[in-house]
Amino acid sequence: MISQSNWLRVTPSENIPSLEGRSVQIGGREIAIFNLHGRFVTIENKCPHKGGPLCDGIVSGTTVVCPLHGWRFDLDTGLAVRASLPACVTTFPTRVEDGVILVDIDHGSRIESEETAASSLAQIRLQD
Amino acid sequence: MKRHLIVVGNGMAGVACVEQILKLRHDFEITIFGDETHVNYNRILLSRVLAGEKSADDIVLNDIGWYRSNGIQARLGVRIENLDRDRRLVIDAQGQATPFDKLIIATGSSAFIPPIPGVEKKNVHVFRTLDDTRALLEKARKGCKAVVIGGGLLGLEAARGLQLRGCEVSVVHLMETLMERQLDPTGGAYLKRKIESLGIRVMLPQQTQALLGNGRVDGLRFASGEELEADLVVIAAGIKPNVDLARKAGLEVRRGIVVNDHMVTSDPNIHAVGECTEHRGQTFGLVAPLMEQGKALAAAITGNEGPAFTGSTSATKLKIMGVEIFSAGSIDDSAPGVETVRYEDPSLGIYKKLLLKNNRLEGVILVGDVSEERHYTGWLREETNLAPHRKHLLFPPPAEDAGLEIAEMPDSEVICGCNGVTKGTIIDAIHSSGIGTLSELKKCTRASTSCGSCTNLCEQLLRAVASDFQEETRTTLCSCVPFSYEQLREIMRGQQLKSVQEVLNVYGNGKGCEVCKPALSYMLDMLWCGDHEEDRSARFINDRVHANIQKDGTFSVVPRMRGGVTSADELRRIADVADKYKIPMVKVTGSQRIDLLGVKKADLPHVWADLGMPSGQAYTKGVRMVKTCVGTEFCRFGVQDSTRAGIELEQRLENLFTPHKVKMGAVGCPRNCAEATVKDIGMIGQDGSWQIVVGGAAGKSVRKADLLITVETTELALEACELFFQYYRENGNYLERTYDFVERLGIEKIRKETVYAAEPEKKKLLDRLKRSKALAKDAWLERETPAHATQFVQIEAIDKTEKAIL
Repeated sequence: MISQSNWLRVTPSENIPSLEGRSVQIGGREIAIFNLHGRFVTIENKCPHKGGPLCDGIVSGTTVVCPLHGWRFDLDTGLAVRASLPACVTTFPTRVEDGVILVDIDHGSRIESEETAASSLAQIRLQD
Repeated sequence: MKRHLIVVGNGMAGVACVEQILKLRHDFEITIFGDETHVNYNRILLSRVLAGEKSADDIVLNDIGWYRSNGIQARLGVRIENLDRDRRLVIDAQGQATPFDKLIIATGSSAFIPPIPGVEKKNVHVFRTLDDTRALLEKARKGCKAVVIGGGLLGLEAARGLQLRGCEVSVVHLMETLMERQLDPTGGAYLKRKIESLGIRVMLPQQTQALLGNGRVDGLRFASGEELEADLVVIAAGIKPNVDLARKAGLEVRRGIVVNDHMVTSDPNIHAVGECTEHRGQTFGLVAPLMEQGKALAAAITGNEGPAFTGSTSATKLKIMGVEIFSAGSIDDSAPGVETVRYEDPSLGIYKKLLLKNNRLEGVILVGDVSEERHYTGWLREETNLAPHRKHLLFPPPAEDAGLEIAEMPDSEVICGCNGVTKGTIIDAIHSSGIGTLSELKKCTRASTSCGSCTNLCEQLLRAVASDFQEETRTTLCSCVPFSYEQLREIMRGQQLKSVQEVLNVYGNGKGCEVCKPALSYMLDMLWCGDHEEDRSARFINDRVHANIQKDGTFSVVPRMRGGVTSADELRRIADVADKYKIPMVKVTGSQRIDLLGVKKADLPHVWADLGMPSGQAYTKGVRMVKTCVGTEFCRFGVQDSTRAGIELEQRLENLFTPHKVKMGAVGCPRNCAEATVKDIGMIGQDGSWQIVVGGAAGKSVRKADLLITVETTELALEACELFFQYYRENGNYLERTYDFVERLGIEKIRKETVYAAEPEKKKLLDRLKRSKALAKDAWLERETPAHATQFVQIEAIDKTEKAIL
């Protein structure tokens, strides 16, 4: 069953520069919103390795690299890329309305396996 | 008695043909007439000369020694005007006649100038010869408005060259799409986007009706009535074969001089080769077929067995760095029975299209990725049955290793398309001449001497076959931009690239990663001294907020404390800041400074303001500090004022960035209390002199620094430090500490190119340092003028946890 969505207004989109991330405290969580050339994506702001602030990482394509020890996560799936151990972060539905970024904080999703990642990634990329 | 062979034309086709003749048994005495005053040069690379990537000397194919050692008489700057076939004489512009037994006409082609009123005006040029190029170079100035008429290969190359010289360039083309003879409309559209992304304006379709201006051109008028301002006009509207000499002599001439498969004209004693010829109804404008013609001609004229020329598939490649275009064969997809296979990726700008007929390749168009070009040329030439390859037409099956692919290649496969050098020829040359390096191979076989796109293949072959192969050391920065640091510096400088994204778009995968982005950022900053587009997203977080990220996401703040000298006032401010911002730890560092640890990002600008001290750059690859001892000031052993010298050195270099961090030390006597011998740059005071040492380390590696020089005065000591510092900035690879740098280059070379360099060279290094320093700023001033509104600000959500009302 799908529960009702809870889209929260976060911040004007111009507050997040292109190819950078910013952290926000919201709904008892700390999230990191990224601007991928005008497309906004949201993940939890905590690297599963040692808790690094992913919002401060360098963006490479559609991935972000944790500033502490270089773990890399796909921003669409939340899945760790080329990691020695399987790992992931939660991703949150994100959209922009009237220049304001909205995040559905109650519908974060975690993909724990490669196969589910592949199929959901394919879907996400199709929509782009 | 030897027969006299005259070659009219000293261009690529004529001389290449003579080179082929020299390889065969012959009884000729050879004279070459050329109306240009230059020795034979590589015309294909003129656009590179215009772009500043090569000098005129770099493109010489046969220097004067070649003519001499082969007994060839070169008559340069002499134009042959007439040909007396009955008496077998050529007659030059002065009326002087020279007899021949055999004649080769290799007069090439000239720029076609469309009949537009005003083409005779000043500053209207063509782009065909070295002299044309030089004339353009004289006129091309920063801000000059240049218009190129013609959106073909040459026009686009000229446009890019002029743009790199600082001109504002527009390309005006008569047709709907660029390079329409080589590309379909889709390919043309991809090319247009790429050219526009370089900053060149493309105007299509636009018919030029007149060139305006009083004596000197100042604009163009189009058929549409629109006008366009221009200080300089380059006409690149195509070429026309130079056939006047042949026509006047009564040889059969249609568009070109008509030749048979042995390159013989309608007169059996007269041959022709190159762009002036017409063979089976076709004329030529590219190098590869001319080389094949030359071989056929050489065999025929010397009476040796050899290949006949039966025509050639035309292949074209655009030579603009970063704009990869390849086209070969027929691109007409409306022909009956032709099917097409295509692939496109608009965001990467890649477009590939193959035209097939009965499982044979008819034509190919590649935009954005030409790596498979060689396969396609092979398939075209061999008319390979592609049925077994149908699944891998656009992308090759992954090779298990690179060497395998080259091993499987047949000996007849052409490696160098420009000069027609096969794999077999290269292997023979390697074995018979004991070749071990690429440059030897170039000299011996001419492979890879024209457009250079087969360089990688040649190297692979050398690696596989040559027993004493020596590779030129070359490490690429990263797979996102697969070039060496040296190449990248040259590319950025030569192509005037000033942003990370631009470099990635033109030379890389368009994305970049955490390895290459900071490296490219450094290189741009070093090369352009602040006159570049700073892109914070390409920087590591430390360089976005000018503080060092800690394990919990907070930051550390180290203010500059030059030479490790502070004051009661500064210490009081530091203490107040520690209290005010509840800083969890205040620590004395190993570099004689104070570290405030655990600062929140949002507090950084306030902490800096309250400290009132500049950034100590402890977070970045840049100038850290100069650690000093008390020198002559208080120490009873001190023989040099190391404290003052250290502070001076720190002041001269602070706020600059370097390939990796630079820690320095200055000590007042050889007791070395501030450990100058294990610093990147150390000043060691002695009685009456300073020793300057470089490349020391006491971290992950421990290395005693090498002596750079011993000098008498403090000023000379500081200058030696500056010379090494700037040399390291310019030649060090990103993330290469001085201890690796010194070992890689060797201290002798470094000495020779810094402290022992000629005065003008030293001055240049110091001038570049001075220029960078003049533009370098204390990064902490961004507390007042942040790079972005939320650079340090913690964003607060508009809706908190309550349900949003939308």
